[in-house]
Amino acid sequence: MPAIETENLTKTYGSLIAVDHISFEVRTGEVFALLGPNGAGKTTTIRMLTGLTRPTAGDARVLGFDLRRDLPRIKKHIGVVPERSNLYDELSAFDNLVFAMQLYGVPRRERGARADELLRRFRLEGKRDVPFARLSRGMRRALTLAAALVHRPRLLFLDEPTVGLDVVSAHGLRALIERLRGEGVTIFLTTHYLEEAERLADRVALLVQGHIVALDTVEGLKARVRRGSTVEVHLVGAAGEERLCFHGEDTEAALRLALAHAEAEGKQVVTINTLQPTLEEAFIELTGLSAEVMLAEKGSSNVA
Amino acid sequence: MWRDDLRGIFYIALKDMRAYYLKPPNISWGILFPGALILAFAIRTPGDLRVLAPGLVTMTALFSATSMEAIVITFERRTGALERLMLAPITLPAMLAGKVLGGVLFGLAISAVVLVGVTAGFGLAAWRLAPAFLALLLSTAAFSALGALVSVAVREVFEAQTLANLLRFPMIFLCGVFVPLSRLPAVLQVLARALPLTYAVEAVEAALLGTPGWPMAFDLAVLAGFTALLFALAAVILRRRLD
Repeated sequence: MPAIETENLTKTYGSLIAVDHISFEVRTGEVFALLGPNGAGKTTTIRMLTGLTRPTAGDARVLGFDLRRDLPRIKKHIGVVPERSNLYDELSAFDNLVFAMQLYGVPRRERGARADELLRRFRLEGKRDVPFARLSRGMRRALTLAAALVHRPRLLFLDEPTVGLDVVSAHGLRALIERLRGEGVTIFLTTHYLEEAERLADRVALLVQGHIVALDTVEGLKARVRRGSTVEVHLVGAAGEERLCFHGEDTEAALRLALAHAEAEGKQVVTINTLQPTLEEAFIELTGLSAEVMLAEKGSSNVA
Repeated sequence: MWRDDLRGIFYIALKDMRAYYLKPPNISWGILFPGALILAFAIRTPGDLRVLAPGLVTMTALFSATSMEAIVITFERRTGALERLMLAPITLPAMLAGKVLGGVLFGLAISAVVLVGVTAGFGLAAWRLAPAFLALLLSTAAFSALGALVSVAVREVFEAQTLANLLRFPMIFLCGVFVPLSRLPAVLQVLARALPLTYAVEAVEAALLGTPGWPMAFDLAVLAGFTALLFALAAVILRRRLD
């Protein structure tokens, strides 16, 4: 059974079409990334799938439950980390986790131990009694993720999980996401960081202006733009050294060109690298947008 | 599902009490405000202040039940914290009911302190506390639902405060808190009948100074009706805002 199935899911706000008839499937246990620039409809999609806003049209099943009819049952088994870390400023780290457990019906006798376990796991045990408002941005993000895990969800939604985090915090959060995947949690994440999607996701959907323009594994997306092969060679000769790229129909053809050049110039080949197309190249080709569009509105990437 | 809803209502109210209501300034203001008014009236017109007791108790209930209630939902919508409650496995009415219950508990606690104070201070019979408490329960429910409606009707916290005051202060003038309804022009009397504070004052007055009976039961029923109506309106508006 897929973790998520959508069919022509649509959301409009007046005349604005935020999400336009998107259909996709998220497999159980995978990390699925929805990649797109600001305003593409990523957050709206998450808001519909988690019941925060009602779809204008279309259907969706989450964990086998109908989104329109079984929302409370869906909510019991999903965890959500919104783009904004939104726990209660006045409550301590520990009390925020306990409150989340109270809402999800975690038995009273388990709450304290579970909260302490999560605080340890997210390296926040030293901040147990510190109000949420006084935590650093990275700690607030980590605690928000911890709060989404109090009831051991089977499906976790992460909306731009590393936006605004410094490199170290973002790296730590990604390591946590990978660990959760290892534990069998299905993860649906939205991001505008190409490298983040490339590093974390099993499959990526490219969302542009409310439409899914491509959906595949990272390798599958790259393969779509792979036209021929490129090799990079490092050459050394009497006149000095140089690094050059040679493009051919396949790797062998590209290599032949590189070696012919080296021979003609009387240079020695020091290293040869075959260059793979990046997700960025795939994104540009498949969406018609530039990678800068993804970064322009939210600042530079924090991918380390 | 109803179990999840009940649990959610209880814990949301509890969390709001801890996070917002039970702060020293809220408690002290809630008790000092009616105390200062009694003192002012006692100095200005010494005599039988007992007639003021129902109005003062009810006004305390109005302010304590709406003061934070009108702000809390708007504030949490701004910070995004309200979404946390919406993501929990409870229905929207249950989430809203948790918010309203927080206002009811706080309003009831503060106005009960004033109620006990005026009952003891004015030498009223102790048995009157029970019907008066019942009247306050229904009154704070209607007032808290009014606060929730104000809260969901606006976008900013300052707008909530302004709108709440826009409703509360004319109500104090119109609904018999200081001036008996019978002394108002007929048009204003009709207007007063459309406001929940009128029925709250009448019910508390019957409990403290009169004979609790059918007229009081009618007032309580009207207050219950106001609660249901205001709550339903708040739920519909909140649902639309979230969509």
